[in-house]
Parts: sequence; structure tokens; C-alpha cells
Amino acid sequence: MAKVKGAIVVDTEVCKGCEVCMPVCADNVISMSKDVNRKGYHYAFMENPEACTGCTNCAIVCPDRAITVYRVKVSA
Amino acid sequence: MSELKLMKGNEALAEAAIRAGVDAYFGYPITPQTELIEYLMSQKTEERTGMVCLQAESEIAAINMVYGAASTGKKVFTSSSSPGVSLKQEGISYIAGAELPAVIVNVVRGGPGLGTIQPSQADYFQSVKGGGHGDYKLYVLAPSSVQEMSDFVEDAFDIAFKYNAPVLILSDGLIGQMMEKVELKPQQKRRTDAEVIAQCGSWATTGKTKDRERNIITSLDLQSEKMEARVHRLLKKYEQMEKEDLRFEKINCDDAEYLIVAYGSSARIAQKAVEIARSKGVKVGLLRPITLFPFPKKQLFDLADQVKGILSVELNAGQMVEDVKLSTEFKVPVEHFGRTGGIIHTPEEILEALEQKIINNGSIRHHKTRESSIL
Amino acid sequence: MEVLDIIKPENQVFCKTKLMTNAALSYCPGCGHGTAHNLTMEVIDEMGIAEDTIGVAPVGCSVLAYDFMNIDMTQAAHGRAPAVATAIARTWPEKYVFTYQGDGDLAAIGTAETIHACNRGENIVIIFVNNGIYGMTGGQMAPTTLPGMKSTTSPFGRDVKTMGSPIKMTELVAQLPGTYYVTRQSVHTHKNVRKAKKAIKKAFENIKLKKGISFVEIVSNCNSGWKMTPNDANKWMEDNMFPYYPLGDIKVNGKLK
Repeated sequence: MAKVKGAIVVDTEVCKGCEVCMPVCADNVISMSKDVNRKGYHYAFMENPEACTGCTNCAIVCPDRAITVYRVKVSA
Repeated sequence: MSELKLMKGNEALAEAAIRAGVDAYFGYPITPQTELIEYLMSQKTEERTGMVCLQAESEIAAINMVYGAASTGKKVFTSSSSPGVSLKQEGISYIAGAELPAVIVNVVRGGPGLGTIQPSQADYFQSVKGGGHGDYKLYVLAPSSVQEMSDFVEDAFDIAFKYNAPVLILSDGLIGQMMEKVELKPQQKRRTDAEVIAQCGSWATTGKTKDRERNIITSLDLQSEKMEARVHRLLKKYEQMEKEDLRFEKINCDDAEYLIVAYGSSARIAQKAVEIARSKGVKVGLLRPITLFPFPKKQLFDLADQVKGILSVELNAGQMVEDVKLSTEFKVPVEHFGRTGGIIHTPEEILEALEQKIINNGSIRHHKTRESSIL
Repeated sequence: MEVLDIIKPENQVFCKTKLMTNAALSYCPGCGHGTAHNLTMEVIDEMGIAEDTIGVAPVGCSVLAYDFMNIDMTQAAHGRAPAVATAIARTWPEKYVFTYQGDGDLAAIGTAETIHACNRGENIVIIFVNNGIYGMTGGQMAPTTLPGMKSTTSPFGRDVKTMGSPIKMTELVAQLPGTYYVTRQSVHTHKNVRKAKKAIKKAFENIKLKKGISFVEIVSNCNSGWKMTPNDANKWMEDNMFPYYPLGDIKVNGKLK
């Protein structure tokens, strides 16, 4: 069956490092970065980009809509 | 063509509002103004002109409904009486701060507290000094007849939309409930929604169309510089009102040696007192402020050079008298007379007060010869 | 496949709605207000009704909703949004009018306006974010604060004997014939967000039917007020708020469930 690959782009200046996106990611893609944005928040990033399926769970719980999600079908 | 009718003040105002193409009314029962909402409800205004009339759950809800409809550019008003108008003060302050056009009617009754249902003019301070919080004022029209109750509705809306500001019609139980003949203007067509958007679409919340940015109605400015700019915008309006929209009436003032200042129902009674005094050779004049803000300050300042004393006649314990004193800059004795508790003073009582407080008292303080008695 | 190949515009499946402005949300990190704002605007965007939608903002944390929602909005005095919305809906019967309020605004000072707007069955949507505390003013007890729950004005925990028990406004208004759709949702997990969005969409679609008010409560966290991290707060919410404020539809198409 066609496999799906996903990826997210986090607006690191909008992200407030609240971590609400983490528990909803079934594949533990997201972690908080070590460095901080201009407001001093550790922002989210894809620690395991390979695992992302583009399911949008993280994006729809993000209060600040800092996450944009991409998804593409890949041949097996 | 206009129509001649015999109506109560409250009803004349309601009918005039329908004819002025008003879009909505939100009110609540309270004596002595309930005839206004009763009349509106009896007129099936939705069918007559499409005008929305709704009895709210409280005066607070009613004034906030006015705020809501006004924020969309609709012509909207409310009415109440003293205790109810106290409840509306926060809403009125919001309407002033958010710069919205709206009309509020106060048919004053005796206070404070639950007070009495009889007429009074004890809400003068609340009306002209800003009853709510913050630096704002109301443009205040004071009708003294059923005709003016009718005419002032359209005048009030003209001012409200000229300045995007709340306007108060300050009546009282006497003017509100007495019947007089009134000439009613012909029915004006109510603006269509498109006309409202054409007139007010630059600021009103009518739905953000693609051709413009969103409109926001708020009185909140957390940044002090913005809040100060907003206050200065309001102050400029009030200066313009004072320059362009002051209204008053002078009766027998040209040769007056004594002056009575009175508005609304007191002005009618004072007019009789002037007649009696003149019939006895004492030259008394009457200055009737029609707008309480703006106040006829300059006119009083000038008259103070001409008269020996001024009596401020108000159905309260003495409120407008302070503004009369300030206007005359204390060049001449200014005293107050007025029954309270809902009792209506008589022309004779006014003359007695004029004599005791001004004519005699005036002569002692200003070493003048004793005038002939006017009683 | 490299990430750079995936994140091409044509592969985009989710992004922020254009009905939210670019202003940074003033809400604390992880606060449900942000999510509720976005869901509301996403619904309005998808329904294509932005040009005919007028919002009413309350006093409270979401007083600044008009800085974030890219539609015409009027800010109402504390508690009075349902009255403001009533007048807008009555003078503009074809518009989509909604209020967005917190628990202090709707269930304390605005109780009368809430009850009577619902009782009149005004053709509006009420979005009621219940986080059991006054957030904007720094964490005071609200009508929806749980028994024993601490706040700056119930520092030893809310005492039901002296301050009564939390008010279930949603169940209360559901008893009024004027309410057509009454539901309680939350926005802290992807499942709840999807349900909440469906509920908000149903509420706005009900406006076309003109059959009464749609009342959507969103139980949310208040991280600063509860003094917890966002995820801890969401866990605490599940364990403490949901038992008292059970999620789900309470009234659908005018009939109690």
C-alpha cells in the first residue's frame, strides 16, 4: 500500500514551547529544542523527522498554530 | 404632512422615534417612563417600519443592547428613569469611550435610592458631570414640553451621528406624563442595511467585506498613549459641541434686573413667576438652557454684568446653581431654590425665594435700596 | 525522502487559517483560548461566512480576541456580551453573530444576560471557555472553580459551605426552551479538538435554521492560574474538571439528550 511521508514546519518565533503537541504525536517526532527563540521559549522541532506521517495531530492542538503540516504519498 | 395630536410626553417621544426612522429600542419598565415602552410595543413597530423593540431583562442589559446595535451603525435608543439610568452608567461610559452614536432618555424621578415616582431634576449632576467613569461628557437635551419631547428625538440622533457620541434626553416625570398637543413630523424612511453600511461602514461592525480591514469597536486601550489620544478625541468633540451645538432660550432678558435660570419643567413654572413679577414692576428675566451640556456659560457671564442677582430654580437640592456660579465667575449673587422629594414648586414659591435670597439678600450684600415687594 | 522535498507547498495539509491575524496571541503558553480561537475561525473560514460574521468579545483573557480574529468584532462590557449580541442579531437578522466568553464573564457577572439571551432563544452562538478561574486578573476564584480548588481568592481551597458549589451553566441553560444546541467540549487533545470543531461548526450552521441559541462550552486549562505546566494542567483537567463538567452533547435539535 502506498506509504505516506510527513513533515512539519514550526514557526520557531511563534512557538511558546508549551509542549502540548508532544503527547498527541503517536510517533514521538517532536521535542523541544535546546536553544530558545527571541522570547526565550524552547521551541518545538522534529527530533525524529523520519517518523512523521503528517497526521496533523500536533498542529490542531497547537494553541498558537505554530505548526504547518505537509504530507506526500511515496511509492512503497 | 405633519399631524397634530394630544399625547403624553413619553408617548410623543416614542412616536417621534418611530417616525424618525429609528432602527431599534431596548428598554425596561420603570415609572414614570413606562408609557414609552408600552406605546412602542402597542405600535407593532416591526410591522410599521421594521423597527426592533425589545424589553430587556434589566436596564444594564438594555444599555448594552444599545451598545451592540450602535456598534453596527444602527439608530438605537433606550429610556429609563433615575434608578434605571444609574444602572446604565457603565454602558453609557462604554458608548462614549467606544465613540458610538446612541440616544438615552431619562425621565427623572425623585431620589436618591428608590426615592419617589414623582418628578425631579436631581439627576443634573449625573447627566452633565458624567455619571459613569472616565473623562467623557454627554450632550444633554432638556425638553420642557411634549412638543420638545417629540422634536428632540431627531435632534438627539443628529448630534449622536454627527459626533459618534451618546446623547441624553433629560426629561422628568412631569413632562413625561402630562398631555399636550404635539405636532408630529411625517414618517421618515428607515435606512436600508446598504445605506447603513454606506453611512457607517468605515467604522461599524457590519461584517468585514473583502474591500476593507476588519472594524473593531472597543473602548479599551491598554497603551496609555493610545488611551490619551482617545480621550483627546473625545475632548475635541465636546469643544466642537460647545462651539456649534449650544441651545438655550432667553425670555424677557433684555431689560432684566434679576435673572432666573431654569430648564425643563422648572422653566415653565419660572416663566409664570417672571410674568407675575413683571406685572408688579420687577424686571425679571428667564434664561432656559435647552442643552445642559453644552451649558450657556458665555450668556450667563454677560448677563451677570446686567443683573443684580440670579436664582437657579431646579427641582433638586441645588446642582445647576454651581454651573451658574462658575459661569458668572461670582460677579453677582447666585442662589438656588427648588422643592425636592417630588414636590413641584409653585410660581409664588419661586418669587418668595427670589425676594428673600436675591432681592433683599442682594441689597444687604450690595448695599442697594430695598426694592418694592413682589408678593 | 528528504524533509525539504516533503515540505513543498503542494504537499501542505494543514496551516493557520487566514481568519486569524498575525498578531502573537497574548495567551499563556498552552492555553486553550488559542486553540478555541483558531477552531472558531477555521469553522467560519470553511463555511465561507466571514463577511457576514460579527463577533462579540468579553472582558477577561479573551478581551483582546479582536486582535486575533480577523473579522468585525465588538468588545462588550464584562458579562454583557449576550445582550450586545442580541441587539446585533436582531438588527441584522441575516448575520452570523457569536459571543466568545470566559467563565467569570458568562457565569458570574453575566449570569442574567446569559440566562435571558438563552431564554429568548436569540439566533446567536455562545462560545463559553470554562477554565474554572479568573485568568486575566491573575487567578481568582470563579463561579466554576471546583470545590477545594485553590485560587488567589480561595487560597485554602473553595469552601462550598461559604462560597457555594461550582455553577453548571451549560446544564442550566439546556433547561431553557430557547436553547437549540447545547454541548460541552474540550480542546486539549487531537480527538477532543476534532469533536470541538464539529460542535462549533454545527452551532454556526444552526444560525441558518433560526431555531434558538447554540451554546458551546469548552472546558480548558489555565496554566498560570492553576500553577501547572500545560500538559500537567490538561491531565489535572481530565482528572478533576471533566468529572464535574462531563463532556458531550447535552441538547441537540432542541431536545435534551
